[in-house]
Amino acid sequence: MLIYLLRRVLIIIPTLLAVSIVAFLVIQAPPGDFLTVYIGQLESRGEQVADDQAQALRVRWGLDQPLSVQYVKWLRSMLRGNMGFSMVYNRPVTELILERLPWSVTISLAALFIVYLIGLPVGMISAVHQYSARDYIFTVIGFLGLAIPNFLFALVLLWGYYQLSGNVAVGLFSPEYQLAPWSFAKLLDLLKHVWMPALIVGTAGTAFLIRTLRANLLDELNKQYVMVARSKGLSEQKVVYKYPFRIAINPAISTLGWTLPTLVSGELLTSMVLGIPTLAPIFLTSLRFQDMFLAGSIVFVLSVLTVIGTLLSDILLAFLDPRVRGSV
Amino acid sequence: MSKTVMGDPRSRRKTLPRDQRYVVASQWQLTVWRFLRHKMAVAALVILGVFYLVVVFAEFVAPYDPYHNDAKYLHAPPQRLRFIDDQGRLHLRPFVYGLKSEVDPVRLALVFELDTSARHPLALFVKGDPYRMWGLFESHVHLFGVKEGTLFLLGADKMGRDLLTRVIYGGRISLTIGLVGIAISFVLGILIGGISGYFGGVADMAIQRLIEFIRSIPTLPLWMALSLALPPYWSIIKVYFGIVIILSLVGWTDLARVVRGRFLSLKEEDFVQAARLNGCSRGRIIARHLLPSFYSYVIASLTLSIPGMIIGETALSFIGLGLQPPAISWGVLLKEAQHIRVLANAPWLLTPSIFVIVAILAFNFVGDGLRDAADPYTAV
Repeated sequence: MLIYLLRRVLIIIPTLLAVSIVAFLVIQAPPGDFLTVYIGQLESRGEQVADDQAQALRVRWGLDQPLSVQYVKWLRSMLRGNMGFSMVYNRPVTELILERLPWSVTISLAALFIVYLIGLPVGMISAVHQYSARDYIFTVIGFLGLAIPNFLFALVLLWGYYQLSGNVAVGLFSPEYQLAPWSFAKLLDLLKHVWMPALIVGTAGTAFLIRTLRANLLDELNKQYVMVARSKGLSEQKVVYKYPFRIAINPAISTLGWTLPTLVSGELLTSMVLGIPTLAPIFLTSLRFQDMFLAGSIVFVLSVLTVIGTLLSDILLAFLDPRVRGSV
Repeated sequence: MSKTVMGDPRSRRKTLPRDQRYVVASQWQLTVWRFLRHKMAVAALVILGVFYLVVVFAEFVAPYDPYHNDAKYLHAPPQRLRFIDDQGRLHLRPFVYGLKSEVDPVRLALVFELDTSARHPLALFVKGDPYRMWGLFESHVHLFGVKEGTLFLLGADKMGRDLLTRVIYGGRISLTIGLVGIAISFVLGILIGGISGYFGGVADMAIQRLIEFIRSIPTLPLWMALSLALPPYWSIIKVYFGIVIILSLVGWTDLARVVRGRFLSLKEEDFVQAARLNGCSRGRIIARHLLPSFYSYVIASLTLSIPGMIIGETALSFIGLGLQPPAISWGVLLKEAQHIRVLANAPWLLTPSIFVIVAILAFNFVGDGLRDAADPYTAV
């Protein structure tokens, strides 16, 4: 187990490095560099920038050096917690991200919770009562959940919300709690609001979990050990919960690593549509105004969190399934 | 060998009783039979066929030019097709009532009223906006339309353009982006997955890590950020292909996994061994012996990855980072419905989403059916 853990944790280091390279490439991707954008901004305010002045800035920011050198410099400052400066918001990127990241994480985790809260029982009912009316209904809902893009679902719900309440954005808090210090009442208020984005973000994941669990459980239910358990007189409940369910749930946990990236993507889109002040709106703004340090840092932070989440799900799986531990 | 087995299987098949035909059927025939048993998949395939047919002949099928605008009909509501008029008389030919628009002096917006005195029957092959079919020959005949008045079956957008027409033209981009995307994913997936599965060793190890890495990072922020790399002065066609490439950068991993898994399980089979002992080159073994035995899995996997690309394009265009007007795609159309106040006044702007959902569902069902049919020798 220890060896497995160690190996798994060590693998994450090259992965994180690769993530940082991707994020750096994102920063470099648009035509023109930081300086051209900066000069463009100055000129739009009516200031003139002389060529030698621009060249001086270029040297000062190290933009004249090769990409690899720039990358190492950038990575070093990232590790020290300095992600650069956002031109659009006129604030350090680290500060901006730390302020909004908790809300993105809250919604994603709430969505994950909903995925399992709905997916597990529904998948099980579907499998145990195969081809029943319930099974068909859940199957249709599951397919719809896979087919409706998050942003559309969000848009339709927002429209309904607008018709009912007249509000154009779904916040995470009621106005009276917006600036209030943390309290139990504020937590309750958060729970009252967070379910809607979480439900939207979780649809695809829930549908996927229902399909996987149903298929796995159906495979297991036809095996002989189930028949043995049944013939020994165990109650139907016990037969399902004690043996096949435990085996069928493994793939459901190991696919958690694939569910996390979709949740993060889903959260971005959903929050953009619903107007929730998570990382999503500032990410969109940063892209529109080519504020690449902010954009690249957000890509980096989201990817790192996803990779770490996948690591945690792998460790969880190793705890639950001894075969995984042994295989490495 | 007895005579019953020899001979042309195609001619034999007809003389055999129905339940024994599978004995002489080719793998292809078995696959088709298995697919036909999946009723939802067949229905979905028909729907997709209609979609693509309409999209190919968009200029002819759409009742208007997609940029044909009319200031009198800004945000005009959908006109219902009717058979029974307000006096209760039945008409065999469907018709729409005319729309009268007036400026509301308070809201400064157009209000519409049905003009029941103007009955516009639907006609086939009517003369309308001129177009160049596929850029080749000019015409102004449209499949259907009205001779007088307007025909907004799905309503009109903020510039008074017919939404149905724009949905049809939008499908051209939204429905083909998935096809072009999987063509790229196909090449990458077969190549990389094949190398990984056939050669194994270090190459396999490196490719597996790469795939795991790509799958572990959230795609949407990456797509969004990469879409910025497309220069703003690019033409619609260039942006289109740019987006396809961005989407397939991630899309090939699924196929590569399938191909690798198949290669691994097949390369130890006796028939591969036999081919090798017969002196076949590696390329021949891969192309003639391995690929044909799992092309059906590849097709199924490809079909199932199309919806992801359609959603990707729609989502990117919806948030304004993909295709931009004047390009028309379903995502671009839905972008107009983004502002909730606009949507509250003109809810029909959401109708493109129904086409998105139907297309995605259909691809999922067809993919499901293909996956079940991919291995026709297993019992159901």
